[in-house]
Amino acid sequence: MAKKESSFKNMVITLLVVTVLASSALAYINELTKGPIEEAKLKAKLEAIGKVVPEFNNNPSEEMYTIQSDLGELECYPAKQSNKLVGTAISTLTKLGFSGTIRIMVGISPEGKIINSVVLEHSETPGLGSKMTQAKFKDQFKNLDPAKEELKVTKDGGVIDAITASTITSRAYCDAVQRAYNAYRKGGLK
Amino acid sequence: MNQWQNFSKGFFKENGVFVLLLGMCPTLGVTSSAINGLGMGLATTFVLVMSNVVISLIKNLVPDKVRIPVFIVVIASFVTIVQMTMEAFVPALFKALGVFIPLIVVNCIILGRAEAFASKNNVLSSLLDGLGIGLGFAMALTMLGSIREILGNGSLFNFKFVPEDASTMLVFVLSPGAFIVLGYLIALVNRIRKVS
Amino acid sequence: MNLIVIIIGAIFVNNIVLNKFLGICPFLGVSNRVSTAVGMAGAVAFVMVLSTMVTWLLQRYLLDPFGIAFMQTITFILVIAALVQLVEIILKKVSPSLYQALGVYLPLITTNCAILGVAVLTIQNDFNLIQGVVYALSNAIGFGLALVIFAGLRERMDLANIPKGMRGIPISLVVAGLLAMAFMGFSGIV
Repeated sequence: MAKKESSFKNMVITLLVVTVLASSALAYINELTKGPIEEAKLKAKLEAIGKVVPEFNNNPSEEMYTIQSDLGELECYPAKQSNKLVGTAISTLTKLGFSGTIRIMVGISPEGKIINSVVLEHSETPGLGSKMTQAKFKDQFKNLDPAKEELKVTKDGGVIDAITASTITSRAYCDAVQRAYNAYRKGGLK
Repeated sequence: MNQWQNFSKGFFKENGVFVLLLGMCPTLGVTSSAINGLGMGLATTFVLVMSNVVISLIKNLVPDKVRIPVFIVVIASFVTIVQMTMEAFVPALFKALGVFIPLIVVNCIILGRAEAFASKNNVLSSLLDGLGIGLGFAMALTMLGSIREILGNGSLFNFKFVPEDASTMLVFVLSPGAFIVLGYLIALVNRIRKVS
Repeated sequence: MNLIVIIIGAIFVNNIVLNKFLGICPFLGVSNRVSTAVGMAGAVAFVMVLSTMVTWLLQRYLLDPFGIAFMQTITFILVIAALVQLVEIILKKVSPSLYQALGVYLPLITTNCAILGVAVLTIQNDFNLIQGVVYALSNAIGFGLALVIFAGLRERMDLANIPKGMRGIPISLVVAGLLAMAFMGFSGIV
């Protein structure tokens, strides 16, 4: 196959040249795609924020602040309409998911009620735990006031109807929303 | 064989999944829906074609003993390019395919074609070989993904054709379903090949 | 994530072969005798733990600090290829009979998606070094477990009367599916 002899020198040089060429090509493509990747991430974030808070005309991403929670810092995005706070979107997470971490964006009103929530990232079982993304389950959190009602599944004494055969996922969802609310109470408004 | 046979062998006679029985991991891992199967198939085709072409171009410059590491670097580079491009322009598909995107580099089909074909043939033949095998792979993955999505989710390419609350055969989008459907598909292909 | 959860999760709940679909090629190729299966599992375990350690260090001290995370795929796979060469050399000296039995499957460990998969997942799951090593070891055990059980099943299948069209790979895949179904019963432990 190869016309070049397999001397040690040739082997090392060839491998080195190929690796250097490959690395340079990749570094170049990396530069090209860095921008679009950041843009795509930002777009997804703003889309999620838009789903959980009422209409706003500021840039929540620019005014992001963080609040400490038991699972690290949570990012909080204040949504304002004409400089008045209409809601805060908090990117929360839970490690109690059936297949690992679930990330959820929760919108909390200035009065401390849940506006809405949307799942950002999950690996739950399709057809079972993944039903948490459907309105039938997650709309239960709309307009809940965690100060008055327990953010838990009915099995644990709360007000949320768990998904059939997916109690673990349902509990994890409650855990994530509760975490966002606790952080919000702690951090307060900005 | 002529170039048309070279290209078309990847679809039936030497189909990567059903005949060569290579690349099983992504075949089982990403075919829970038709669009995921198609996406992975096309990404793999891109890597296969590009690496076949490059390897065919440099085949006489590479000492024999170090060819496998060199092939791997070439393949891994194209996989990384696909990774970065997908994350930038199709982030939803990128997330859905997950860890299987970097795993394209260890898809035995790609290294296998590099070793068996690209390192021994000219650029045009290698390109067509890569394209044929890659598209055949994409076809197999899309077929498997479609069957699993229709049976397990009542939809095709995310277009649901059963009512929202209808119960579907969930097992087919879960892990056992992948194994079972692939097993029967291969049995079917074996039967067809025996008859033809 | 505490270590017990990682261990039980990797071996049973999210078994690397039956649930994550990594390591299928050796799973279908080497598992027709229990003795070869054990040998293969051992070799994979060694390479998996070692490569996870090395790639973790690589990511932490080279790729991340220098902002070249895009070199992950190339560097990881080269590390794994080198380690497999090392194992081959050691095995040849220490146990020539096992070396013969594994035959062509030994260099194929390089392309075993399970090895690269576990290395990448360790980084994605944000594990520290200890968690990473435990995760790798648990996945290796899970791989070995699936392999050995399957080899036992295959030895039985050899004696059964299977329809001609299903013999070989098709029936193996269907049986693997049933095994995967059995393992799904473990969900809910963690």
